[in-house]
Amino acid sequence: MSVLVVIECDNGEVKKSSLEVATYASQVAQQLGSTATAVAVGEATEDNLAKLGEQGISKVLYDAEPRLKDFVNGAYTKLIATAAEQEGAQVLVLANSNIGAAVGSRLSIRLKASLATNAVELPRTEGGQFVVKRGAFSGKALADVALTTDRKIIAVKKNSIEAQQEAGKTASVEKFSANLTDADFADAPKQVVMQEQAGGVLLPEAAKVVSGGRGMKGPENWNLIEDLAKALGAATACSKPVSDVDWRPHHEHVGQTGITISPNLYIACGISGAIQHLAGVNSSKVIVVINKDPEAPFFKAADYGIVGDVFDVLPKLTQAVKELG
Amino acid sequence: MKFLVCISNVPDTTTKITFTPDNKEFNKAGVQFVINPWDEYALTRAIELKEAQGGGTVTVLNVGEADTEPNIRKALAIGADDAIRVNAAPKDAFFVAEQIANVAKDGGYDVILMGKESIDYNGFQVHGMVGELLGIPTVAPAMKLDMSGNNATLEREIEGGKEIVEVNTPFVASCQQPMCEPRIPNMRGIMTARTKPLKVVEPTGDAPRTEVTEFALPPKKQGVKLIPAENAGELIKLLRNEAKVI
Repeated sequence: MSVLVVIECDNGEVKKSSLEVATYASQVAQQLGSTATAVAVGEATEDNLAKLGEQGISKVLYDAEPRLKDFVNGAYTKLIATAAEQEGAQVLVLANSNIGAAVGSRLSIRLKASLATNAVELPRTEGGQFVVKRGAFSGKALADVALTTDRKIIAVKKNSIEAQQEAGKTASVEKFSANLTDADFADAPKQVVMQEQAGGVLLPEAAKVVSGGRGMKGPENWNLIEDLAKALGAATACSKPVSDVDWRPHHEHVGQTGITISPNLYIACGISGAIQHLAGVNSSKVIVVINKDPEAPFFKAADYGIVGDVFDVLPKLTQAVKELG
Repeated sequence: MKFLVCISNVPDTTTKITFTPDNKEFNKAGVQFVINPWDEYALTRAIELKEAQGGGTVTVLNVGEADTEPNIRKALAIGADDAIRVNAAPKDAFFVAEQIANVAKDGGYDVILMGKESIDYNGFQVHGMVGELLGIPTVAPAMKLDMSGNNATLEREIEGGKEIVEVNTPFVASCQQPMCEPRIPNMRGIMTARTKPLKVVEPTGDAPRTEVTEFALPPKKQGVKLIPAENAGELIKLLRNEAKVI
């Protein structure tokens, strides 16, 4: 039962969520008495791929074809399917990212595999079963899902497993080709537009997030959110009403119809906590709510709270973080 | 141009989630079901594109038992022309994808749209499975969709940015905001929806590949620990020393 993991790279670096799935895959391989091999997509450097040894990966397959730098659904699907066949992979692990979900669902058909997305724990494999716990009902429930075909694909929710770092271990990086043709690149993007990330931290992958709602009163006050985020090394986010009125861009909107995140720390500033907002953030490990209304529903879902004016509280928090050093 | 819009019937966003006594199924008793909010983007955009083209049809498709028909009628009231219901409880994403692919194969649709994911199962799987089953491209998740003849330009969200993708029909796209402002039915729509065709077909295809063995609620929070506003800095110490998250 060999395990293959898909590693997403960007600008030469391995994405944080891919370090997590590499760890997940090597732990699954241990469970099954096997080894974990990786196939890398995107723009990677050989050095960074070799470092996946720290997450327990023994071998990394990499096709340096320049057109694979950007996500191309057709080409990525074929590349990964070819790697899965070559390695005889029984379990394929991906991040539950926009790339992972797009190729994972196609691969499940091509490889005749069963697929569990949004996985939050390692599979249970005792007694010949293969059961994966996954998030459901927008974070309001968990479901144990039995994967009943020989081949299995798991897409792991971001930030649900901590990447392990065994310093000094390296993986071998092997050149790999899936004999891709022009037809495989038919749905290649014409253009890729990256947004500037506040503080350089990517919201969907962030371990810490500071988020603002209508209580911030206007985009001109976002420096208070950004200052705290910068001090913490956190990403910034916002509620739906804020992105609806264009105080903040859509890609920062977390909630039911925005991005779903599960950071270690979520600090909500001036957000009342409508159920649609909670759906996007309720699997955060620690939730802090700052709101001047003590009746704000968000306090019921919070671990820590401050009833107070965000304009007064936020500078104090930023100052306190700086004093921690 | 023929649009096929797949909608799923999900518990209203504000539903308190409970399960049957064996924890194997969602407890539907007393629950209000709605069109999956993500699917509303797909439905409205298909109607807008049809109107812009001055012709064509929008067909809604649902895999579900007879109790989903009120929401299918609602989709017709919003502006779809006709509907197909595959008469089966959705067993898993693969099962649903096969039903959609079967309907699509027979219908000769140019554009197949659906929401990014359903808010109940949160699979984010069906779009890719349908595309692969039909051997056509999938763009997921799409934030923008414009058509010019048989060519579509889409914006696809990626982590930290977007891709501009062009594909020719037929293709599948899974939709999310800010694609459009979802429409709500008006009185005329509600009246005409009653007589629009709703065809019921029986399911075909293979067995599902996954099975839910148990549902559970997430662990309960301990309750909020309040810190006085004048002492706000104390929170940061707690986050470091107690919660250990900074």
